[in-house]
Amino acid sequence: MGFFDLTFEPDRDFRLLLMALFLPLVGYVIQISVGRFLPRKGDWLLTTGMGLAMIITVRGLFQAISAVSAGEEFFHNSKDAGIGFSWLYSSGVGDGVQNVVAGVLYDPLGAALFAVVGVVSFLVHLFSTGYMKGDRRYHIFFANISLFTFAMLGLVLSDNLLFLFIFWELMGLMSYLLIGHFSHDPDSHRINHAARACKKAFLTTRVGDVCLFIGMMMFYNEFGTFDFKGLWEATTNAVAANGGEWPAWMTVAGLFVFGGTVGKSAQFPLHIWLPDAMEGPTPVSAMIHAATMVAAGVFLLGRTFPMLSPDVLGVVTAVGATTAIFAATIGMTVFDIKGVLAYSTISQLGFMVAAIGCGGIGLVAGLFHMVTHACFKACLFLCAGSVIHGCHHEQDMRNMGGLKAKMRTTYKTWLVGTLALTALVPIAGWWSKDEILGATRITNMVWGSEILLALGVLVAGMTAFYMWRATYMTFGGEHRGEGEPHESPKVMTIPLQVLAVFSIFIGFVGIPDGTFGSAKTNWFEGWLHHWHLKGTPGAEMVWPLAIIATAVAFAGFFVARGMYRGSDGKDPLPEKLGGVWKLWNNLYYIDAFYLFLVKRVQQGIAKACWFFERWILIQGVINNLSQAVRVTGDRLRRVQTGRLGGYVTSFMLGAAIVALLVLLQVGLLSGGQASAGGK
Amino acid sequence: MGIEAYVAVSAALFALGIVCILVRRNILYVLFGIEMILNAANINFVAFNRFNGDGLEGRMFAVFVIILAAAEAAVALAIVLNVFHLFHSVTPSEVDRLRE
Amino acid sequence: MENTSRPFYAALVVLALVLLGWGMQAAHAEGLAFGLFAFLTIGGGLVCIWERSVVRSAFSLLATFSGVAGFYVLLGADFIAVAQILIYVGGILALLLFGVMLTPPDMNERKLTRVLSGLGIVGAGTFWVAMKVGGSANWVVDPNLAEIASRPKQIGVGFLAMNLPDGEPGYVVAFELAAILLTVALVASVYIARRKKSDLEEPALEGGNA
Repeated sequence: MGFFDLTFEPDRDFRLLLMALFLPLVGYVIQISVGRFLPRKGDWLLTTGMGLAMIITVRGLFQAISAVSAGEEFFHNSKDAGIGFSWLYSSGVGDGVQNVVAGVLYDPLGAALFAVVGVVSFLVHLFSTGYMKGDRRYHIFFANISLFTFAMLGLVLSDNLLFLFIFWELMGLMSYLLIGHFSHDPDSHRINHAARACKKAFLTTRVGDVCLFIGMMMFYNEFGTFDFKGLWEATTNAVAANGGEWPAWMTVAGLFVFGGTVGKSAQFPLHIWLPDAMEGPTPVSAMIHAATMVAAGVFLLGRTFPMLSPDVLGVVTAVGATTAIFAATIGMTVFDIKGVLAYSTISQLGFMVAAIGCGGIGLVAGLFHMVTHACFKACLFLCAGSVIHGCHHEQDMRNMGGLKAKMRTTYKTWLVGTLALTALVPIAGWWSKDEILGATRITNMVWGSEILLALGVLVAGMTAFYMWRATYMTFGGEHRGEGEPHESPKVMTIPLQVLAVFSIFIGFVGIPDGTFGSAKTNWFEGWLHHWHLKGTPGAEMVWPLAIIATAVAFAGFFVARGMYRGSDGKDPLPEKLGGVWKLWNNLYYIDAFYLFLVKRVQQGIAKACWFFERWILIQGVINNLSQAVRVTGDRLRRVQTGRLGGYVTSFMLGAAIVALLVLLQVGLLSGGQASAGGK
Repeated sequence: MGIEAYVAVSAALFALGIVCILVRRNILYVLFGIEMILNAANINFVAFNRFNGDGLEGRMFAVFVIILAAAEAAVALAIVLNVFHLFHSVTPSEVDRLRE
Repeated sequence: MENTSRPFYAALVVLALVLLGWGMQAAHAEGLAFGLFAFLTIGGGLVCIWERSVVRSAFSLLATFSGVAGFYVLLGADFIAVAQILIYVGGILALLLFGVMLTPPDMNERKLTRVLSGLGIVGAGTFWVAMKVGGSANWVVDPNLAEIASRPKQIGVGFLAMNLPDGEPGYVVAFELAAILLTVALVASVYIARRKKSDLEEPALEGGNA
């Protein structure tokens, strides 16, 4: 019964993990080459493969849980078991030749995210078989989403920064292709939007990617390794060698690495791509928002956490908190159902990042929130997809309404997701959000934990407000749109239900110890705690804080209920907020500012460059050079007469000159006897 | 006979070959001239071999020159035939299309 | 024989007498042979240049090649002499005659002055250089002519051995190179000279080429 044996055996289990990693890749290769000829365009093949991968990932998670609850160290590197992939040979900083060997790093953090990715990705595959039915590029969509999953799985398993970066980039490419999925569909009325959105996403995340690359190379340059374990140890040594102070360069490098997170996890000011990423098919949005992309940024922070100096962590907290409040305000003014969810994601990501910046238990809380968020946000997004599907691709909430009766299952699951996100009742989000708020106590930010705490509570209220606003506008009242909405097929609602169940129960693995007497309840902290946070105090339930936060969330809920219950599609909020509404609804004019930057500043520089290139480089240098070559060639052409006699004569002349030179060389012209020749 | 005699004959044959190429206006004479030049060189090789103690190098070279000449004659003749077929002329100065 | 050729052939006879006489006077029997071969060689070349008819020119080369073969014998290189007669006289010359037969005769006027001036300039130059070189080094004459004449065997061994019996490297690589060269030349010449399909379907309007 090898498969159900939960002790970790490197020989067997690393191969299983690699199998889970490569199943989507194999699926991609098959699908992209022969997918269109398969029955049902090959969707069953990839979904089955993903299902197998999911089983392995979940099994791995149980292994981690059982090992850690038995008190064992759960930190496996495949290189220790002799499984590795030697890739780059380069001269290292130290002596001798260094060799980049890629291996698998499997620890509780990786196991948790690995399982989340597996489950969400499988459900998204399943959902897509219904949602994407009839799409022109159905088989391509499945191939791409499989490769997207492969990239994320690889990123989670990488045991070194370089391979993490490679998968990170692959994910950037796949997000580009998937967000722009409809840009190849001439029937889609949003074809131009999709093309613009995928370009925007790609270019914006690119800024972050370059930052990450620079940061990675700075660390490599100093420490001579990409391995996480080596980097952590080297950091500890470097700090110790510097007398306990963090070297300045590490702060700079850490900021660059964090830049990667800012880009991928859509933190301020590089958040602008995520709302536009809604142009992709809804299952893709669910993937991006729950399991891949944005989770990758947070995961990167988790992996590089020991290398980030306190100053960097301060910046991380500040950026995260700013993003959280900033996106929440915008989220209150959006009418696109997916837009609300998008800004909600940015806001929640801000939460996670801010928590991680607090360090210590904040890291655990942030990662915990990432996992719970993945479940309920995937659920919410798939619900949104179901709603859009049921409303014949209508996305504006003002044209919805009254779906409560028409789409029972979708409504129920949406409700679960909303409850989990807005933290009204003690399921998923309630526990993780409270842990984050509790973790703000230990921040080392200059402006103190009180403001951070207040911000967090405020954002919790706003989250409740905009989510219930969306709920009432979508499901409450009378139907205002055209056509008759209908419930989605089973293949779409079953993933919703599964995710809803997860949303309810996932929060219970992270209940802080001591909440219910002396029982060990915080499993999540349990696995992560041993990792590199030994000695950090665990999360504890701060009841006053929890009560205040829940009360504020309820306040947000009641405000939304008062304003939108029985909504007729008109939003009373603009009148109440006035100018602030305008600021928020225009996304704080940040997109406009970037547009100005691109259109005026960058275009101006480009024009100057163009002028230099066109008139000075091409006209001045290249054209004149080619002219000179042509004239010389024309002159030289006349030498080639085609007359054989001329050639022979010149050959003879040349031979004569050579003969003379040789004779001169050996001294025969002066009459003496040469020493050469003879024996 | 001393080596000077052979070298002199070789030089004369070489000069004849060159002149043959220069003064006659027919591709075949170019071939004749080349054969003469090669033979002139061969005389030198064998003569130097003889007058330079033992060793085989000179003669080896001579054999190679003969092989080379055979190959050259075959290819050159093929070219001559083709040129005549295309231009209906065997005068080198008229076959100058490459110049354009 | 045309009128303009008479002085030329008269001069040729004079050349023969001079060469033979000089040879006799220099080294008796061997010199006589040398003079004969020199006359064959140089005279053949001269006739080749002089004669209007390509066929005669080609046949005059027979004399030149045979004369060179004679030199090889005098120099103790019997094997090469035989090779010379077989390949040059038997092969290359036959090939050239083929070419002659397939192309029209060349009846262009050749100018005596041009021939003489060309011969004068080039000949003087090469002769001068040759004399300089030939008379310069300390040439050593291997006295054992019989021993040298037995070397065909050594040539054979040298061509096919990586290492000669005396430890010197052999010429097998060069031999293979020559083989490749010959193969390539054979294929190339067949390819170049082949008639294209279109040529066969439409017979050329001009006769002239056989």
